[in-house]
Amino acid sequence: MRDFKRVAALIALATLPVAAPAADEVAALRAELQALRSDYDARVDALETRIKQLETATAAAADAALAMAAAPPPAPAPVREPAPAGGNATAFNPAISLILGGSFTGTSRDPADWHIAGFPPAGEEIGPGERSFNLGESELTFSASIDPYFSGVLTAAITGENEIEVEEAYFRTTSLHNGLTLKGGRFFSGFGYLNEVHAHAWDFVDQPLVYQAMFGGQYRQDGLQMKWLAPTDLFLEFGVETGNGDGYPATRLEKNGFNGATLFAHVGGDLGDYTSWRAGASWLTQKAEGREGGIPDSDGFPLFEQFTGDSDTWVVDGVLKWAPTPRRQLKVQGEYMHRRESGAIADSLGTVFADDYRNTSSGWYLQSVYQFAPRWRVGARYDSLDSSAPTYTFAPPGLLDASPDRLSLMLDWNPSEFSRLRAQYDWDDARDDGERDRIWRLQYIYGIGAHGAHKY
Amino acid sequence: MNIRLFALLLLGAASLPANAALKVLATTPDWGALTQELGGDKVDVYVATTALQDVHRVEAKPSLVARARSADLVVATGAELEVGWLPVLVQESGNANIQRGARGYFEAASALHLLEVPSQVDRAMGDIHPDGNPHVQLDPHNIQAVAHALTARLSQLDPGQAAFYAARARDFDARWDAAMKTWETRAAPLKGVQVVIMHRDQVYLCHWLGLAEVASIEPKPGVPPTAAYLGALVGKLTTAPPKMILLNAYNDPKAATWLSERIHVPAVTLPFSVGGTPAAKDLFGLFDDTVNKLLAAGK
Repeated sequence: MRDFKRVAALIALATLPVAAPAADEVAALRAELQALRSDYDARVDALETRIKQLETATAAAADAALAMAAAPPPAPAPVREPAPAGGNATAFNPAISLILGGSFTGTSRDPADWHIAGFPPAGEEIGPGERSFNLGESELTFSASIDPYFSGVLTAAITGENEIEVEEAYFRTTSLHNGLTLKGGRFFSGFGYLNEVHAHAWDFVDQPLVYQAMFGGQYRQDGLQMKWLAPTDLFLEFGVETGNGDGYPATRLEKNGFNGATLFAHVGGDLGDYTSWRAGASWLTQKAEGREGGIPDSDGFPLFEQFTGDSDTWVVDGVLKWAPTPRRQLKVQGEYMHRRESGAIADSLGTVFADDYRNTSSGWYLQSVYQFAPRWRVGARYDSLDSSAPTYTFAPPGLLDASPDRLSLMLDWNPSEFSRLRAQYDWDDARDDGERDRIWRLQYIYGIGAHGAHKY
Repeated sequence: MNIRLFALLLLGAASLPANAALKVLATTPDWGALTQELGGDKVDVYVATTALQDVHRVEAKPSLVARARSADLVVATGAELEVGWLPVLVQESGNANIQRGARGYFEAASALHLLEVPSQVDRAMGDIHPDGNPHVQLDPHNIQAVAHALTARLSQLDPGQAAFYAARARDFDARWDAAMKTWETRAAPLKGVQVVIMHRDQVYLCHWLGLAEVASIEPKPGVPPTAAYLGALVGKLTTAPPKMILLNAYNDPKAATWLSERIHVPAVTLPFSVGGTPAAKDLFGLFDDTVNKLLAAGK
């Protein structure tokens, strides 16, 4: 307090004229200074009294709250400082976070002829990408409560090819009871384990081969999702989704209504203090109309150009995490997928040349990531796929089953929660021709803005 | 409108019977212990973390989502301490009662004056919290203020038992006042004692007992020390050695032990939270043990 007075006096002195004063002027100034000083003293005293009053009032309020706890208490007075004047115009701005990512890629084989043997091409976003420096997707996420009933999220991906893509944009209910949540808009489907996880939270640079082959990386559509969480201490969740089917392996349909359905169930819990787990099973039944791209033959040429028919997929997933200390964690996860497709295949003009097409495919991955020091993680992943040779009338003789596989190792360094630098090395036999593509990648991922919360 | 009414009736019918204990999900052992003190057998408390976990870095585990689903009340610290996981629990719970802003969502920080509210925030400053330092539980005056606010909230949620909560709160208050007097009397010699802290989570303890914090092992909040930084710290502290180095049960003791050996000053492991040491069985034990350990090291 004494310091405060001294500062006040100094400020007062500093405002005095600097010209050399005459003796009577000095006396006048002294008087003025004295006046200022007593003025500040009075103000400081007043402030002290106010603080005392407030303290007493707070204590009294607390006592009163205790005494009157039997009656519904009044709303507690906000203790925090009010927002600064002018700050209210932005007070309701949504939380904004931005992910910056990029990589450097080297491959031993030409990435242009990379494909997954035995599987139709599932879109643009699969494979190791191009060599050299590559800007990844910059993910921009806005999220906020809409009102007491809904919350909303938008994630836009600005791609390295200078396109803006709506990755997810959905509303979600916050006001339903009894474990129900309804989600609508565009969102990553809730099946499996990795499908919902955004790219910046992956433990490897890319998705497992089975996700790339069966869903073009990740499955999302525009639609609705209803989830129900059972009222049990064991985590037990059921979900159902439907939508427009605008995502591989489905397509939009030329009719009113929706395309197919996705059902999923997850169960999970703890094993002791350090281990947690979650397992799940999912089923997707969808239709495709004129879906472009056919299974490649042994030379890499497509056997057909378009597919129209049914696509049904089973997914089983499991994850286990063991964290004996805050600084070490082991995470083991795996998923198995099985798909059956049947229908008609056509050439590039849409002329159907077989309507008894059948293909069965499956795949799995198993990966493990170990955080061995506070900032370091090491991981290994094995991918394996199987596709039976498609059967249809007049199928060319000698079509073979395909069984691509891949082994990946990764090491990442996390200077903070918001930055990650990673190296990954793959022995990739997606082409299933016995000549492994050796792929190495260096990647950075940075997060700025709001602190995101991650799902399990 | 009729559908809404029907839905409300349906939900009303499905809600818990009136005499069931309030289900409380507490984010830390301290808030769990406090809720138990105040609620007695009228509350059924589940604690999301242990004293050996870093509450900054907890996962939204399936078991916690399941607990959030059936909770009537979430008791959290707030001030972004649980920002990495609690929002996911609340969001995934499908439980309207515990959404932010609902009566079933309680933040201790809302009843407190936080220390170290930064005038500007930038992640280059490390793990700082825009609302202030959220590690509030090591000042018993904070526990008392939170107890008052929490009592009010319990009574709001369970008005039928309001008299019960008020009586328990009065009892707790009296015992706490007496205990605080004892702790403060016993700890009086610690006033002005120089200490090195580990992370900013010991600030409230220092503030309460008047310990003088002369250095921090973390150069910035949440940033582990480099060898060069520790070297400089040894240089600085050898000439003017502090009385002790404070660390928490959940901390990695490596850096503190290393420093302790270099400057010949004891490193004291404090419970930090209920359950952090065998003696810290409840809130009273937490402070008894903390004061005992400090006094033993300060001799």
